[in-house]
Order: sequence, then C-alpha cells, then structure tokens
Amino acid sequence: MIYTVDNLSFSYDSAHILDGISMDIEKGSFYGILGPNGCGKTTFLDLLIRHKKPDSGRISFSGTNILKISRKRLARKIALVSQNFYINFPYTARQVVIMGRYPYISRFSSPSSEDLSRVDSIMKKTGVDRLSDNFITELSGGERQRVVFARALVQDTEVIILDEATSNLDIRHTIDLLDIVKNRVDQKKLTAISVFQDINLAARYCDRLIFLRNGNIVAKGKTEEMINQGLIQKVFDVDSQIRFEPLYNASQVIFKKGHHDIH
Amino acid sequence: MTQNIKKILYTHTVWEFFLLVIVLWVAVLVSAGMGYMNIGFYDVVNIIVTSITGNSEQIKTLEEVARVIVMDVRLPRILCSVIVGAGLAVSGCVYQGILLNPLADPYTLGISGGAAFGASLAFLFFPEISLYVVPCFAFSGAVITLFVVIWLSSGKTFSRDGLSSNSLILSGIIVASILSAGISFLKYIADEEVSVIIFWLMGSFASKTWTDVWILLIIVSMGSLVIYFYSRDLNVIALGSRMASTLGINTGRVTMVLLITASLVAAVCVSVSGIIGFVGLLVPHMMRSVTGPDNTRLIPVCLLSGGILLVTADTITRAVLPVEVPIGVLTALIGGPFFCYVFRRNHLKNRGKQV
Repeated sequence: MIYTVDNLSFSYDSAHILDGISMDIEKGSFYGILGPNGCGKTTFLDLLIRHKKPDSGRISFSGTNILKISRKRLARKIALVSQNFYINFPYTARQVVIMGRYPYISRFSSPSSEDLSRVDSIMKKTGVDRLSDNFITELSGGERQRVVFARALVQDTEVIILDEATSNLDIRHTIDLLDIVKNRVDQKKLTAISVFQDINLAARYCDRLIFLRNGNIVAKGKTEEMINQGLIQKVFDVDSQIRFEPLYNASQVIFKKGHHDIH
Repeated sequence: MTQNIKKILYTHTVWEFFLLVIVLWVAVLVSAGMGYMNIGFYDVVNIIVTSITGNSEQIKTLEEVARVIVMDVRLPRILCSVIVGAGLAVSGCVYQGILLNPLADPYTLGISGGAAFGASLAFLFFPEISLYVVPCFAFSGAVITLFVVIWLSSGKTFSRDGLSSNSLILSGIIVASILSAGISFLKYIADEEVSVIIFWLMGSFASKTWTDVWILLIIVSMGSLVIYFYSRDLNVIALGSRMASTLGINTGRVTMVLLITASLVAAVCVSVSGIIGFVGLLVPHMMRSVTGPDNTRLIPVCLLSGGILLVTADTITRAVLPVEVPIGVLTALIGGPFFCYVFRRNHLKNRGKQV
C-alpha cells in the first residue's frame, strides 16, 4: 500500500469539500479519479501531495503519516503535473525541466552532468527537446503542458499525480503522454493517480477508478466493474450506453442527451 | 543576432559578476573626485587607502581639505546611494518573484506610503529633532504597514497555501491609498513644515553620515544574504505554489520570510534616503532581460547594478547638473520614460501572446 487514506475531511470556512474519505492506493497501479465539477477532486490531490493539511483524518504514505515526512524527501517520492498554469517569467523550457532535479541538488550547487543527461533524455522522450531553448512564456498551452510533464518525469518519483494534465493537449499528445505514464506504471511499478474529465480516456488507461460526488466516494474499484450506466447516471446525472471496444480492450461510454431538454 | 548575444550572456555567470564589481568601484572612485572641488582619481585612491590603513605619517602629507571632502562629505553620501540602490533593486527582485508579477516593486505593498506617513508625522510633531526621529518613524511606518497588509491578505487559506499574490497586491493598494490621503492631510495641517515634508518625500542623499552607511550596510547585507539563501526557492515559486510544494518547498514559509526580509531592506533604505522610485522596478526588469529570470544569478546582479545605477544618478544630480535635482525626481523622470520604452517594446514583441 503506497497510500492509506483514513476518514479524510477538509472544508473551507463553512463549505465541506471532502467529507470523510477512506481508501487504499496500491503500488504499481494507474488510478483515475472522476466526478462532476466541484466534487473535491483537486482538493483531494492537494492533500495527497501535502499542499494542504486535512481538517481531520490522516494520509499515510508508505506507512508514515504524510505530515511527518520532510518536504524534501516527499519531493523525491511524489511528482505533480497540474493543469492550466502560466509562468510569468521567461525561463527556457530546459531551465523549467531542470527544476525537477532540484530535490536532488543541494541549494548552492549546479546540476551534475548526470542530472543534465537525465533531463535531456527525458526531454527527447517527451518530444520537447526541440523547445529546449525557447522561453516558456512564448510556448503554446499544450507545449507548456508537455514541458511541465517532462519536469515531473525528471523528478524520478515512485508516484506521479496528474491533475487533468491532458486537458489542453491535442489528441496525439494526450495519447503520447498517457502512454508514457502507463508504460512506467506497468514496467517500473510506478503509481499514477490522475483526475480526468474524459471518462473514456480514464476507462482506457486506468486500472482502477474512484468516483467522487459532493466530497464523498460514490464508488471505487476495478475499471471494468465501474463503467456501467447506473453509476454514470448516479455520479454525473447523464444517460448513457456502454460499449465494449476491443481495440482498447476496455468499455467506452456513449452519452445520450442530458435530462434537461434543450429547445 | 540578438538571440546569439543573449545566449552568450546567459552562460557567462562569473564574468558578469566581476565586471559589475569593477564598474561599481570605478563609479564610486570617480564620483568621489567629482563635485564643487575636483579631485584627481589617484588622489582619491590615495586619500581612501591612507585613511583606511591609518598611516599617520602619510596622512600628514595629504591636503586636509581634500581629505575631509572625500572622507567625511562625499564618501558617506556615495556609499549610502550605492547601498540604497542595491537594497531597493534586490527587494524589487524579490517582490516580483513572490508576487509572480514582473511589474511589482518594493513600494507595491505600500511600504513607501507607510514610511512617508511615518516621516510626515515626525516632521509635524518633532520638528526640532526631526533629524533623528524621522528615520525611526519612517522605518516603523513601513514595518507597521507591511504587517497590516499581511494581516489583511491572510485568511484561513493563509496557513495552508501561503499568501496569494493577488490579495497581497490588492491589500497593498488599499493601504497605500489610505496612507496617501493621510499624508495629504498631514501636509494640509503642517503650515511651515510642509516644505520639509515635500522635500523628504522626493528623496535625497545630501548630508548623509557614516552612521547612515553602517546602519544601511548591516541591514542590507544581512537581508541580501537571507534572500540569496532562498533564491533557488524563488525560482520554483514561479511555477505556482502547488508545483513548488511537490518540489520540496514550503511556499507559505518561504514567501513570508522573503516578504519580511525584502520589506525590512526596503524600509531601512527609504527611511534613510526618502522615497526613490523606479530603481526597484527598473533594475530587476532590465537585468532579467540580460541574465534571464534565474534568481540565483539575478539577485547578485541586481544588487550590484542597483548600486551602480543609483550612485551614477546621485552623482549626476550632485556634481553634473547646475542645480541639485532631488534624486527621487531624477530617477522617476529618467526611469519612467525609459521604462515606458522597454514596456512598449516587449509588448509589441509579444503581441498576440499572453503578457
């Protein structure tokens, strides 16, 4: 068990965001978190990366309370790719990727040649090597996203957390990125936890799915058991049909009209 | 072509540092020779070296007037302008980094407003001993303002995510405008003291003493060390606080430490020199286009070039112009249009992109 989440709650002032969530997260699996807007997905990730502190309950990471692990140590274990962010200063793409090595480099030293060769090989693998000297402020949203993804891989962690990391990528880059993650999960026993908007992408890539609604877990389990009409209706309020797609070896969801008629 | 030059500059870290150190020393020595009475470059060096080594035999050979002018009149003023320039530039660099805004400066959070209000109070209520009281009041005003701004912009989210840059900027603007009204009121009821207040608000290094130099040197150099210690963390904060968290940085704590340190540096500078605008905005902005945004490199460069810029400006107003123009007015008059030019050029270059 890489994460054990026990009765986790979080609220802003009067608004309950998460209301007593418990779950185990196994090493070497690809987890997808799904749910309607405002269900607490992003806050849940913030607690998993220790960006926020829970009001009550606890998260154990590899058996230790996550709040007791030093940030620097945690930075070598967990990496994050978040969505839609903008960097205001003209760092080059390579400089941003190098920041992923900071947890391994002491404060006043320069990156070693080993750090740099890792940076270059991952930039090549993620297809951002040609952007190396471009300013991050001058890249398109999708290019920036891929640079930040490379930055997370360079961090060389056992857990990678994706917060709608593919939301502004075109379909080819979306598939490339998720293939790389999936590969690492299958071959290097990496653990991936990703928030998705697109149920079909999640169904295709994830081993396990977790459905949240109003700060509670509605359902969690193996992907093939989770994709069904009843659950989709319950979580998203949308009618759907399920079809098995042999090419993906996964079920895919086709949506009918929402229950509000549009005239 | 310019891309190539940029690349070369991007990679020559040590060179630029030594180059700037040399330029700074030359600027200081040349400036010490300039003024109402011109003193040759070698005489200046000679006077300074013998005064420092304290060789009494050699001191006797110097011309007494020249020695007094260089050591007691010009050097304190020159060194004050160097340290204030360095302090304002470096704190501007930090503000831009933590507020994630390349257009922030040491005064964005109302630090100058607080100092000006404190100084105006001192001029009004202690006119006889204003010389000693004004710096204390200005400093206290700046620090109190800082804490009011921090208090305003922190809620429950504060302890969790650190201060948000938007709420900090907003609180700073609100507090600064209240203080500005307060200063207007103080001027209105000040009668004959009003000219002193106005003069102070425009900034000046006239009649600075060695005491000023030492106070500035201690606070600014200690502050700069703290800031340099956190300079790499400041790079990561540019990626946003969530990302910084996963790179091992306690964004809340780093932001707080840097905010307070940079503000103390700015406050001590303002309380000694009065309000000098545009240095803290302009220097980091210009240097960033030369060195790139990496703070481990940008901060030392800002420190040195801020010093060079302000000692040059102060020398121009002291020794070149026929009438001494207040330094704050000079920096704003030259810096403002220049900044407009830089801003417009970058704006055109990035047209169609998010700026």
